[in-house]
Amino acid sequence: MTATSTGRIHSWDLSTGVDGPGTRFVLFVSGCPLRCLYCANPDTWHMRDGQEATVDEVMQEIEKYRAFITTAGGGVTVTGGEPLLQSAFTGDILRRCKEAGLHTALDTSGFLGARATDELLADTDLVLLDIKSFHAPTYRQLTGGELAPTLDFATRLNRLGKSVWIRYVLVPGWTDSSPDVYGLAHFLAGLGNVDRVDVLPFHKLGASKYEALHVPFRLLTTPTPGPDLVGQVRDQFRELGLEAY
Amino acid sequence: MTITATAGTRSSEAWRGFAGTSWRERVDVRDFIQANYTPYEGDAGFLTGPTDRTRAVWEKVSSLFPEERSRGILDVDAATPSTITSHAPGYIDRERELIVGLQTDAPLKRAIMPNGGLRMVENSLRAYGYEADPFVTSVFGTYRKTHNDGVFDAYTPEMRAARKAGIITGLPDAYGRGRIIGDYRRVALYGTDRLIEAKRVERAKLDACASVADIIRDREELAEQIRALGELTRMAATYGCDVSRPAATAHEAVQWLYLGYLAAVKEQNGAAMSLGRTSTFLDIYLQRDLEEGVLDETRAQELIDDFVIKLRIVRFLRTPEYDALFSGDPTWVTESIGGIGTDGRPLVTRTSFRFLQTLYNLGPAPEPNLTVLWSPQLPFAFKEFCAQVSIDTSAVQYESDDLMRPRTGDDTAIACCVSAMEVGKQMQFFGARVNLAKALLYAVNGGRDEMTGDQIATPTPPLTGEYLDYDELSAAYDHVLDWLARTYVNALNVIHYMHDKYAYERIEMALHDYPVHRFMACGIAGLSVAADSLSAVKYARVKVFRDATGLAVDFRTEGDFPAYGNNDDRADSIAVGLVESFMAKVRQYPTYRDAEHTQSVLTITSNVVYGKHTGNTPDGRHAGQPFAPGANPMNGRDRHGVAASALSVAKLPYEQARDGISLTTTITPEGLGHAPDERAGHLVGILDAYMSAGGFHMNVNVLDRATLEDAMEHPENYPDLTIRVSGYAVNFVRLTREQQLDVISRTFHGSL
Repeated sequence: MTATSTGRIHSWDLSTGVDGPGTRFVLFVSGCPLRCLYCANPDTWHMRDGQEATVDEVMQEIEKYRAFITTAGGGVTVTGGEPLLQSAFTGDILRRCKEAGLHTALDTSGFLGARATDELLADTDLVLLDIKSFHAPTYRQLTGGELAPTLDFATRLNRLGKSVWIRYVLVPGWTDSSPDVYGLAHFLAGLGNVDRVDVLPFHKLGASKYEALHVPFRLLTTPTPGPDLVGQVRDQFRELGLEAY
Repeated sequence: MTITATAGTRSSEAWRGFAGTSWRERVDVRDFIQANYTPYEGDAGFLTGPTDRTRAVWEKVSSLFPEERSRGILDVDAATPSTITSHAPGYIDRERELIVGLQTDAPLKRAIMPNGGLRMVENSLRAYGYEADPFVTSVFGTYRKTHNDGVFDAYTPEMRAARKAGIITGLPDAYGRGRIIGDYRRVALYGTDRLIEAKRVERAKLDACASVADIIRDREELAEQIRALGELTRMAATYGCDVSRPAATAHEAVQWLYLGYLAAVKEQNGAAMSLGRTSTFLDIYLQRDLEEGVLDETRAQELIDDFVIKLRIVRFLRTPEYDALFSGDPTWVTESIGGIGTDGRPLVTRTSFRFLQTLYNLGPAPEPNLTVLWSPQLPFAFKEFCAQVSIDTSAVQYESDDLMRPRTGDDTAIACCVSAMEVGKQMQFFGARVNLAKALLYAVNGGRDEMTGDQIATPTPPLTGEYLDYDELSAAYDHVLDWLARTYVNALNVIHYMHDKYAYERIEMALHDYPVHRFMACGIAGLSVAADSLSAVKYARVKVFRDATGLAVDFRTEGDFPAYGNNDDRADSIAVGLVESFMAKVRQYPTYRDAEHTQSVLTITSNVVYGKHTGNTPDGRHAGQPFAPGANPMNGRDRHGVAASALSVAKLPYEQARDGISLTTTITPEGLGHAPDERAGHLVGILDAYMSAGGFHMNVNVLDRATLEDAMEHPENYPDLTIRVSGYAVNFVRLTREQQLDVISRTFHGSL
């Protein structure tokens, strides 16, 4: 075991069925290179806003829930922010969890996929890959970043045979266009490692955080998608044989 | 109890095909169950929906609910003090009903039970626009003393003051104490003739004893029990049922059992009138009839549906204030389902499923209070069905079978919400609860009440520092809690002495063994407020603001402090310490009839009322703000989700709170997973994990904030929206607006 690295974390939480299988310990690390317009956690954008924590400290916290999360069929999910921004720290956590016999998941935009070493991925049982849009210009407008690294990362995960759940945030007027959804569905159907696609309806529950941070929330007036639209988009993925929720 | 006579021919017909011997010789329902039940490990696929008959009966009675809701009560017989035999038979739909029997001569028509207290009856009648009957007033005002009169004759000034200030509250001193579960199964298995015979034998054993007060009382009580069994037989006969003999079919078994229960609710307006653990017992009869080919699954379900309809319409006449305290109009007809036998076989049968199925066939409802005795060892298909029913109806509560079984055995049933009782062998003296948060303020103020300034507790020097000092506060708190435990136990002794004397539960106790094991069920409220306040004083700085008389009326907390409910030992250990130390203090004081001391950490929805009567607290809670229910962390302070808060609660030691520790969780459907078909499995995982960690009880509400907000605005659209609140379920639309807002503000464990 190497000397414990140190990272900056925003918080931790326990969730069920939404950040990977079962009930999971979810570690939110601080800092993200993207600025997604719909981001629900703007308070995780900057590493400087996080609190310092050693891998040992995080593992101590996780150990308190070990029996609970294993009994409840879960594991540990590292999310953020963008966990690959602190890839060494994230990698250490995943390795230690793996050594401890816990199921591991990495929730990432894939934008920094190149920073994920093969060793890090070997310690990851499941990747929750957020593909924000399949249309490069939209992706750029929506996130401030490029789409290509994410698709490269998706292809690499397929090559490695790594289990992937896709997360697709449905924002009316941004990510609900049929050609974009079908384009993504085709791409994903061509990969052999996508176990499911979660279509996540855009919500505005993070709006108050923007207010507190004095940052404008640009999607404040964007409507949230109705159940019909969500169902329709899920069906588009299903048409191509993908498991979609 | 022992039955000396051998089984007659009536028994041999009724008991055809049954195995086992011991239960034939002695009244021993558990032995009968163990010898005869058929565990079921399959899934819910065999269940059937409601028949037209069931729908018609249910619609007929439920069509009366809107009027009842708008008027408070539908009707009342104000002239007839209720006894087992006081009312002529009543029916919902005589042609269609399979299981018959009502508390009075018409459905939802309430009865008066003045033995508990005349004032409660009169106030209730007045509140709903009825006149008190002059004859009743004259009898119970002049000639017949009530429980309530007796209690106030024997209360000390100190008890009265503590009660008035609300530091000891909810005491059953003006109404029926309830929480006594008769073993109603005995009526079906043995018939009342044999039960009377066994009671006579029990009583005869006392003939040789010296006639001291305890023995005289026991003899009188046994005589009353025998009399009550006779009255049950006569009441049943008015419905055409001969319960003097054992039930010979499943239909009779359900009917006999229900008539036993009906006798109890005809005579006692108990705060909780729990049913016991009947489903697996009844399954033996249903299974026999199915095998004999005289019954099919549809009919089996119809019998259970009809039985449950009757349990849903149990009504008592109570004041609106009482209903506000308990939220709605609860009866706590608690039925305990599932669990594991001491031999390792699950006590799950098809009828366990059939009871839960009533929530689909009749729609969700708070009563009967369906309680699953949970163990990770239960068959997975049953666990998954329970979880699915929870997700669909929010009308199931869960209690740890693994914690109860070693202590009260595998024939344990829940009285009220969380109190484990060995059926027919144990009973409890319901003791409501003390307000630990208010007690902490008394410690600061030298025993004066923070709302009124009155001296309530024994005077001690008030704390005078600008900031609260942890050691100083702890010492003063310990002092106040000593006073509180003494005053509390002594008040409970008075109450239960008088209840036995003036409002004895004849029929319920007739369905217990003699002698019975008694618990003195004390309780604490405001645990999380008290724990967080102590944590604030210990880990942050708490500045005190006093009024002109020196009374501490407000606090300002400087800095952060760990809060109970985040699986953080610093705060959780304070809560554990409070539970342990108050239990130890309670145990120092002798109890009426040598009852075993226990306590609960349970508040039902009365956490709202307790909060209303408690001033600002050092944890930053404002005066009047509701407490968290039961053992829950304070609303909004559990920051790490349901698992972390559940693990904090699981640390509270059951051995020091044997009357139960309640946790209410509200989970949005999405909080159990994006995929609806995965949610039941996830909930099973949470329950397994919580109980494995030593958790005792969990209420599971699965809904979202938007649903509740809409229900507040449009109650007419949600007549049967049921939510679980600390220990039982209530109709959301029957809560006060204040309580509705409280429920909504409770932590929603949704994933954002």
